[in-house]
Amino acid sequence: MKLSLSKRLVAGLAAAAVGLTTTACGGGGGGDTAGDFDGEIKVGILHSLSGTMAISETTLKETEEMAIKEINDSGGVKVGGKSYKIKSISEDGASDWPTFAEKSQKLIDADGVAVVFGGWTSASRKAMLPVYEAKDHFLFYPIQYEGQECSKNIFYTGAVPNQQAEPAVDWLFDKFSGKLGKKVYLVGSDYVYPRTANTIIKEQVKSLGGETVGEDYIPLGNTEVAPIIAKIKKAFPDGGIIINTLNGDSNVALFKQFKAAGIDPEKYPIMSFSIAEEEIRQIGPEYVGGTYAAWNYFMSLGTEASNNFNEAFLAEYGDDRVTNDPMESAYNMVYLWKAAVEKADTYEDLDAVRNALIGIKLDAPQGPIEMYPNHHISQTVRIGEAMDDGQFKILWDSKTPVAPITWNQYVPETKGYKCDWTLDRADAGKFKM
Amino acid sequence: MELVFSQLLDGVSIGSVLLLAATGLAIVFGLMGVINLAHGELMMVGAYVTYVVQNLFKPLGEGLFQLYYPVALVAAFFVTAVVGVFLEKTLIRKLYGRPLETLLATWGVSLILIQFVRSVSTPMVLGIGVTVILGILVNRYLPKKIKSRPFAPYLAGLIWTASALLGIVTISAITGIGNRALNKPWFGPRNIDVTAPKWLQGSWGSIAGIELPGIRIFIIILSALLLLGVAWFLTKSVWGLRIRAVTQNRQMSNCLGIPTDSVDSITFGVGSGLAGVAGAAITLLGSVGPNLGAAYIVSCFMVIVLGGVGNLVGTVIASMMLGIIQSIIGSGSLLIAFPDMPKVAAAVVEFFATTSMSYVLIFIFIIGFLQFKPTGMFPQKGRSVEA
Repeated sequence: MKLSLSKRLVAGLAAAAVGLTTTACGGGGGGDTAGDFDGEIKVGILHSLSGTMAISETTLKETEEMAIKEINDSGGVKVGGKSYKIKSISEDGASDWPTFAEKSQKLIDADGVAVVFGGWTSASRKAMLPVYEAKDHFLFYPIQYEGQECSKNIFYTGAVPNQQAEPAVDWLFDKFSGKLGKKVYLVGSDYVYPRTANTIIKEQVKSLGGETVGEDYIPLGNTEVAPIIAKIKKAFPDGGIIINTLNGDSNVALFKQFKAAGIDPEKYPIMSFSIAEEEIRQIGPEYVGGTYAAWNYFMSLGTEASNNFNEAFLAEYGDDRVTNDPMESAYNMVYLWKAAVEKADTYEDLDAVRNALIGIKLDAPQGPIEMYPNHHISQTVRIGEAMDDGQFKILWDSKTPVAPITWNQYVPETKGYKCDWTLDRADAGKFKM
Repeated sequence: MELVFSQLLDGVSIGSVLLLAATGLAIVFGLMGVINLAHGELMMVGAYVTYVVQNLFKPLGEGLFQLYYPVALVAAFFVTAVVGVFLEKTLIRKLYGRPLETLLATWGVSLILIQFVRSVSTPMVLGIGVTVILGILVNRYLPKKIKSRPFAPYLAGLIWTASALLGIVTISAITGIGNRALNKPWFGPRNIDVTAPKWLQGSWGSIAGIELPGIRIFIIILSALLLLGVAWFLTKSVWGLRIRAVTQNRQMSNCLGIPTDSVDSITFGVGSGLAGVAGAAITLLGSVGPNLGAAYIVSCFMVIVLGGVGNLVGTVIASMMLGIIQSIIGSGSLLIAFPDMPKVAAAVVEFFATTSMSYVLIFIFIIGFLQFKPTGMFPQKGRSVEA
C-alpha cells in the first residue's frame, strides 16, 4: 500500500512537472531574435484589454500589432542607414482611466518606449494627457472625438467634429429638411464626448436656422430607453431627425426598442456617430438597417488600398471579422510614426520626430491623409447607410480630404481660436487668429 | 386621458422588466437571506441560453425559427436552475447565516461566470472536464486505508492540483494543434446578437392612438404569468409549503421531517431559474454580453429593499412604482399635464426630465421612503425576524 501511495505521489508530481513545462513553453514561445536587424525600437500599445471597453479596444491592439508586423516583415524602420525592428510592449488600461495614466508612466519610465499608441474614450485621453505633457513624451490617439483640445505631445488620427458630425448634420438637412423640417433630437451617453459633440451640433443647428427640440443622455450601460421614446414621439409625432451619440450597450437597447415602438428609419432618419461595422454585428443588422453613420472609413469602400487592408486583417485574425474606422485610424498612426522617424532620421529625439510628423502624407486605406500643424490629420468624410449584410452603403463623400479644425468655430468660447505647433510661441496650442 | 394611459403603459412596462428581474432575487434574498450578487450573472446565463437555442433553431428554416423563443424561455429556466442548484450545493450551502461571506463569495461567482462566458472554448471545456473527472475518480477510488490517515486531506489537495495541471496540459495540447475553428471561443468577449422572432418585433396595433410595442406587451404578460406561477408554487404546492415552513422555523421543520437540504436547493434553483427567464426576456430589449448582469443587479436590490424583504406583493408594488415614477419624471410629461405651472416648478421638472436625472430622483425617493419605513413597504413579521 505504501508503495502504491508513493507511486501516486510520484505520478502526481510528474504530471505537475509536465504541466508546468508545457505551459511555460506555450507562454514563452515566439521570442525569436531577428538576425536581419541592427537593433530594436520599443513602442508602447496601451488599450483596455479587460473591462467594458475591451470589446472595442482589443481590435485596435490587433490592428496596431498587424501594422507593426507588416513593417517588420518589410525590413523594419530605417534610421541612420540601419534597419530597426519594432518591438511592441502592450499594457492593459483595464477600462479604468487612472490606470491609463499609470501604465503610460510605466511604459515611458520603465520600458523606455519611443512612442505610445493608445486610448479610446476621451476620459482615458484626458487622464493620459498630463503624463505626456509633464514628461514631454509622445502619444498617438486613434479615435474620433469631440475636439477642443490640442496638445503638443499628442497626435490625433481620429476625426474632429468638422470631419464627422458637422458634415453629417449638413447632409441630414440637405436630404430631409424638405420633408421633416430643420428639427433634430439628440440622444447620447452621459459623458464628455456626447455632451461636447452635442454642444457643437446645437450651435451648428442654430446657425443653419434649425432647432434642437430635445436632448437626452443615458448613463453608460443603461438599457431602459422607454422615456426617451415617449419624448421623441411627443416631439416628433410624424417623424423627425434623430442624432445618436450613444456608446456601447445602450445602442442595442435603443435600436431594439425603437423598432418595437414603431420608430422606423423611413420616418425617423437616425444618424449615429459611434456605430461602425463591428457594432452592427452586435446589435443585429435587422435592427440597424436603414440608419445612417458618418465615418472616414467604411469596410465596403472598395478601393485597392482598402481591399488590401481588409484582406490583410482577415488573413491575420479570421474570415468572420470586420474592419472599421477606428481600426483604420489605428493602422494609419503606426505608419505615420514610421514615416516621421525615417524623415527625422532618429527615433530618440522626440522633438525632431514630432516636427517631422507635420506635413507627412500617407496613402491610407481611406485615401490620402496628411498630418496638419495642429497635430490632427486631414480625412475624407463619408456617410453610409447600414445594410442587411452588416456593411454600409456609401451615400455621400466629401470627394477631397477635409482639413481638421481643433477649436470649434460654432462654439462661442472657442470661435476664432487656432492651434499651430509649427509656430514658435508659448500659446501655440490655442491662440486667437 | 391619452397621456395618462400612455404614461401608465410605459411605467408598467419598465416596472415589469424590474419585476421580472427581481422576482428570482426576492425568493433567494427574501426567503433564504442570501445576498446573491451573482443574480445578474445568472440572468446573463439565461440570455446566453437563449442565444444558443436561437442558433440551434436557425438551420430549421424560417417557419420553425419563429417558435424558438418559447423553447428558449423554458431552456433558460432549466439550465439556469441547474447552475443555481450546483452553486447552492457546492458553495452557498456552506455559508448560510453568514451574509457578509455570501456577499463576497457570490461576487466572486459573478466574476467567474463573466470571465467564463468570455473565454469558454472547446479545449477549455475539455480541460475542465479532464480535471473534474480525474479529481473525482481518483479521490473516490483511493483505498480506504489511505483515506483514514491524517494526511489524507493534503493528499486530496495534491490530487486535485495534479488533475488541474493535467487539465492545463490537455488545454495546451489541444490549443497546440492550432486548429482555429476548434480553438475559437464559443461566445468571446464581444456582445452577441439575439434576434427576436418576427411576431415579437414591431408593434401589435394600437389602442386610442397609442402604439402597443410587441415586446413590451409580451414582457408585461410574461412577468404577470411568472408571478402567478410563483405565487401558486409558494402557496399551493407541497414544496412551496415546505419552503415557507423552513423560512419560518428551520429547526422545527427539520424535526418534523422536512428535508431542509433539498428545500434549500430547490428554493435557490427556482430563484436562479427565474433569473434565467428574466435574462431570456431582456434579450428582446437590450444587448447581450458578458456584462449584462451589472445593469440590473442594483435595480433588483432597490426593488426588494423598497418592497420589503421576503414579500412578493411588496416586490410587485415597488417595481411598478419605480417604473411609473421613472417614466413620468424621465419623459417630463408633468409639463404637458400641467402646462400652466409656475416657472420655477417647470424649470425643476425640466431639469429632472432626463434619464440620468430621473435616477437621481428615484434614489432620493427611496432614501426618503426608507427614513420612514426602514424595513420597506411590507416588513416581514413574526419570529424569524427576531431570531
